[in-house]
Amino acid sequence: MHPALQGLLTIIIGVGGCVGYFYCSNLFLDKVLFPASGPKAGRNINRANLLRPWLFLLPALAALGLYLAYPVFETMRLSLTERLPGNQSQFVGLANYEQMMADPKFWEALKNNMMWLLVVPALSTVFGLLAAQLSDRVRWGNIAKSIIFMPMAISFVGAAVIWKLVYDTRPIEQEQIGVLNALYLYFGGTEPNTWLTIPFWNSFFLMAVLVWIQTGFAMVILSAALRGIPEETIEAAIVDGANPLQIFFKIKVPQIMGTIVVVWTTITIVVLKVFDIVYAMTNGQWETQVLANYMYDKMFRANDWGVGSASAMIIMLLVMPILVWNVYNARKEMR
Amino acid sequence: MDNIAGQKSSLVWAVNLSLVALVLLWLFPTAGLLVSSFRTSDQIATSGWWKSLVASEQNLTLRTAPSADQVELDGKFVIEGNLFEGKKASDISVWGISSKAIADFKPGETAQLKKGGQVTVLVNGDYKLEHTEALTGKRGSRIFVTATRAPEFTIRNYQNVLFDENNREGMSKAFFNTLTVTIPATIIPIMLAAFAAYALAWMDFPGRALLIAFVVALLVVPLQLALIPLLKFHNQIGIGKGYIGVWLAHTGFGLPLAIYLLRNYMVGLPRDIIENARVDGATEFQIFTKIILPLSFPALASFAIFQFLWTWNDLLVSLVFLIDSTGETTVMTKQIVELLGTRGGNWEILATSAFVSIAVPLMVFFAMQKYLVRGLLAGSVK
Repeated sequence: MHPALQGLLTIIIGVGGCVGYFYCSNLFLDKVLFPASGPKAGRNINRANLLRPWLFLLPALAALGLYLAYPVFETMRLSLTERLPGNQSQFVGLANYEQMMADPKFWEALKNNMMWLLVVPALSTVFGLLAAQLSDRVRWGNIAKSIIFMPMAISFVGAAVIWKLVYDTRPIEQEQIGVLNALYLYFGGTEPNTWLTIPFWNSFFLMAVLVWIQTGFAMVILSAALRGIPEETIEAAIVDGANPLQIFFKIKVPQIMGTIVVVWTTITIVVLKVFDIVYAMTNGQWETQVLANYMYDKMFRANDWGVGSASAMIIMLLVMPILVWNVYNARKEMR
Repeated sequence: MDNIAGQKSSLVWAVNLSLVALVLLWLFPTAGLLVSSFRTSDQIATSGWWKSLVASEQNLTLRTAPSADQVELDGKFVIEGNLFEGKKASDISVWGISSKAIADFKPGETAQLKKGGQVTVLVNGDYKLEHTEALTGKRGSRIFVTATRAPEFTIRNYQNVLFDENNREGMSKAFFNTLTVTIPATIIPIMLAAFAAYALAWMDFPGRALLIAFVVALLVVPLQLALIPLLKFHNQIGIGKGYIGVWLAHTGFGLPLAIYLLRNYMVGLPRDIIENARVDGATEFQIFTKIILPLSFPALASFAIFQFLWTWNDLLVSLVFLIDSTGETTVMTKQIVELLGTRGGNWEILATSAFVSIAVPLMVFFAMQKYLVRGLLAGSVK
């Protein structure tokens, strides 16, 4: 069957199935299991209402459980086992982790991930804050925002191609077609650089791509927060003779600190999972490896599920503090 | 905020200028790719894309027609023609007849050739070569011209990448595959999430708070953890790698955000409407389909855009759950990564392919930016 037809059929089956399930199960509950009539009508209505939330929740919870919760535990189990021929596996304790710790590539990935964690959320937030603050003060601010926000819609792979053109290198006797080299030579550089192969610094050229994408996100959220600041506080500061910089750093920023933290943590999560950019631009060569790409390497190229799962658990471990923090905040908010 | 006291005009200028700089910096990389996708491979390889927007000056070495074309007129041997024959016409600013002096003459002037005879070149490249004796030699005389060339663009790259049936590296198949992945993977999670979100927002039952915390926790679980266990699971139940697997995976991965977004929105709906409907004897199912769902349209749209962008732009999930060794089900992101490997220097192919894949999300983005912003504001965990 043609995939497009199959897709259409899936939509029909999927949507129809969902609607059918919800409709029929509700009908079954109300008419057959606990009919709201007869001698026990009152009790039946109560019982039906006790059961109904679970009818509504069941498909989603099943999908969540199977596709996100169960894999966390299964990955943990896999990270402690070793695959044997013939679909067998054997418990090996922490051997996979030990093997991973002995791999210099792992430490390189961890070190790079830490650098990404420091640089990308910080720069994205700073640029986002700058863009939000500036665009709220000019008439064409909305157009500016649209343009800075636009990279959010571009895939990491598309962004990788875009930036590879920026970093492109030609031999010195030819004209440079990459902007960075053209500028570098224009401002007195002697020889064009292959930017993505310079160890240590090349990671920063990859980070630039993610900063470019995530700044729009930071800007949108922070701009809304900036607008939510009560006018009086700013007016009071102006009356007291504060200059624009003081207003920004001493009045505005402290008031939106909560939002800044949210933006920071959200981008941190994106950074921890960053895969496509590195995969498409350097594939971890020239010391640009990151954890997610290291994991992909181990799982699908080396076919080593044990070490692959172990490195996935490291990513999970790094996400954990943010997960706990989010849950804590969500619960606090609900009270 | 425009008229706050204490604003200096120099500050307004500084604000405008720095924002212009920021916007240009953000636009420049994408513009480069877009412009490059409309240039031929020769143009891309010989000059930076930013130079293609203005008329460029080039030094060209052209030749007059060979001596076989000469005609005898009044005892003189004459060759007439256009220097740009078979090439793109340009305007000549200066020209010369020796490689050491390429700018000796202006258009319309006449130069004496060393071997006798004279040549006149006009601004559009028309020339007239006159000689008293018959010319010999297979090749014509060299003329060195400095010409300005108007910006020039082509859509041939797009024809190649999208519509050339013989191009095995073309994007048309991958485009349809991406579409096939995206649409069901966008619609199905909305259905599942809407019901669950309603239960979490408006139904009272023990364990509700715990379930919401569960959803918030799953929001940040890296999908990297799900790859191997789910691939194993798919193999066990017999779907293996394929569309069904990728649809299911995208549905599962999209659900936490969907539930979270929709619940937050539904909680904010007015309590009166729902309670009135309950008093009037509407069943929960009716309340949901007739009241909640239509009212939640903005939140549904927000999530639909998120999920669409995310599934369209995804590489990892498709790599793991969809693309098998035959490569029949390749998606655009994967195709581009392959091109980056095999055609790393052919920017006309790369730029065009990348832009084909970027174009659809960009259109969605500009058409529905409002909902995207709204969704972002509601979806970031506060």
